[in-house]
Amino acid sequence: MPIARVKRLRRGGFALRIPPPERDVLAAVPPMLRSLLVGGDAGDPAMRRLFPSAFLDDEAAAAEFDSVVRDDLLEQRLAAVDTMERTLQAERLSEDELVAWLAAVNDLRLVLGVRLALTEESTPEDFAGDPETDRAYGLYGYLSYLEEDVVRALSSE
Amino acid sequence: MAQTAPVEVDRPIDEQDVTPDVPWIVIVWNDPINLMSYVVYVFQKLFGYPREKATKLMMDVHVKGRAVVSDGPRERCEADVARLHAHGLWATLQKDR
Repeated sequence: MPIARVKRLRRGGFALRIPPPERDVLAAVPPMLRSLLVGGDAGDPAMRRLFPSAFLDDEAAAAEFDSVVRDDLLEQRLAAVDTMERTLQAERLSEDELVAWLAAVNDLRLVLGVRLALTEESTPEDFAGDPETDRAYGLYGYLSYLEEDVVRALSSE
Repeated sequence: MAQTAPVEVDRPIDEQDVTPDVPWIVIVWNDPINLMSYVVYVFQKLFGYPREKATKLMMDVHVKGRAVVSDGPRERCEADVARLHAHGLWATLQKDR
């Protein structure tokens, strides 16, 4: 069993044991997310996944809800991206910083999942034919693996 | 001896007679991307549910496609949906019909 990348410390905070090659991979997360969040078209399916409709069958209520919460939601997402970027090389994170990592990592997983049109039946072979989708799926897989570790660490005593 | 007249008691208003303040519910929908462990973590964090309840709700989302995760006045449900969206979960609110 591989060692946990993230571990809660008795003295508070969390240890990040992420090898340099993985840090290089993670360095791509903040800019990718920021460019979508800042420059993305609201109609982009990935943006609609990050800012979904709050009402199934009431467009007016959904638009009203969106107008009230969207700016705040965007601000929260960008703040998490900034925190992750600032602490990319850290060996120790506070709980708030780790929660920001989790938010950014999960947001990018959602974006990649939408771009790849992932389903619960998807397999790696579905994306192996094209270098770009193969790379996106590889990143998605790594982020999923890291996220499991982060959730486990945050849920630990 | 005079009989005591029966006291007229106001019949308690049946709850059904009052126009009900229809509660709202928050529904989380299944998606193929969010990790099961992450969804349990979010339910525990946002609603303070014990691990067992959070896990059962997550399994309902996963198996049945949706689960009602909270209910109450509209404003509170809207706040819950906003928090769920901030965590990347697909949530909607509606009147509890």
